[in-house]
Amino acid sequence: MSDFQHWAEMGGYAAFVWPAYAVALVVLGGIAAQSWRRYRASLRELDLLQRK
Amino acid sequence: MLTRLANPARFMRMSGAVLPLLGIATVLVLAIGLYLALFVAPPDYQQGESVKIMFVHVPAAWMALLVYLIVAAASAVALVWRHPLAEIAAQAAAPLGAAFTLVCLVTGSLWGRPMWGTWWAWDARMTSVLVLFFLYLGYIALVNAFDDMSRGARAGSVLALVGVVNLPIIKFSVDWWNTLHQSESVLRMGGPTIDASMLWPLLVMAVGYLLLFKTLLLIRMRTALNERKARALRLAAPQRRTDPAPSNATPVLR
Repeated sequence: MSDFQHWAEMGGYAAFVWPAYAVALVVLGGIAAQSWRRYRASLRELDLLQRK
Repeated sequence: MLTRLANPARFMRMSGAVLPLLGIATVLVLAIGLYLALFVAPPDYQQGESVKIMFVHVPAAWMALLVYLIVAAASAVALVWRHPLAEIAAQAAAPLGAAFTLVCLVTGSLWGRPMWGTWWAWDARMTSVLVLFFLYLGYIALVNAFDDMSRGARAGSVLALVGVVNLPIIKFSVDWWNTLHQSESVLRMGGPTIDASMLWPLLVMAVGYLLLFKTLLLIRMRTALNERKARALRLAAPQRRTDPAPSNATPVLR
């Protein structure tokens, strides 16, 4: 077994450790992406209204 | 400092300058924290490698409490002093707090299954954190439930203040009741009981989460200010078209 495989197995707890990191990434990354998209949209809308 | 930031224009100027640095610091600290958590921190002598869940779970729990405290404090300032940015800060922070609480609940469940043999138990700590999650959702729903934005904000602020009573219950639940959840091992009188090899990665991840919160809070507050300005411009646009000529305009003599 390679070192990477050994590490990825997390001592037999891979089925719990990786989903935990995935949930943190998806939830926090998701709200970060949503916040950024809405911020960019607000800038575009404001720019459009100020040009009128 | 707070009084200076109370001016939305000044807030936009200062936050615009700080935001890129805060974003870079967030990415760097989280990358270092993840490296330390996944590659450097040793397995626990009892829990083995499942302890790695701690590095995403515990900082999320701390942030869930801290963000609620910020929402409640900003709500109090908005209610009492009508601080122009406090209401925006509370509303911008609440979804972030809900996200940290959700991470705390789900990762806790994923840690509980191999360690306690159950995904969930209705014990004092877990139940009070679930109540915190519902308080966040209730606040968000209430703020958006009224056509009149100021009424929604006031109702939300009152709920946020009432919900503060849940914070000491969460913090001391493991001391007051016999729970499945372990007692405090970091934020406790007499210092942390956790080994330094695990404490440092945990603290770095906590700083990373805190920086992430600050970055997203500023972005969401700037968004709210932009949206309010856009709404004002949209309302003013038809009015401008129907307004009579300004009083200093040359009168037309017939």
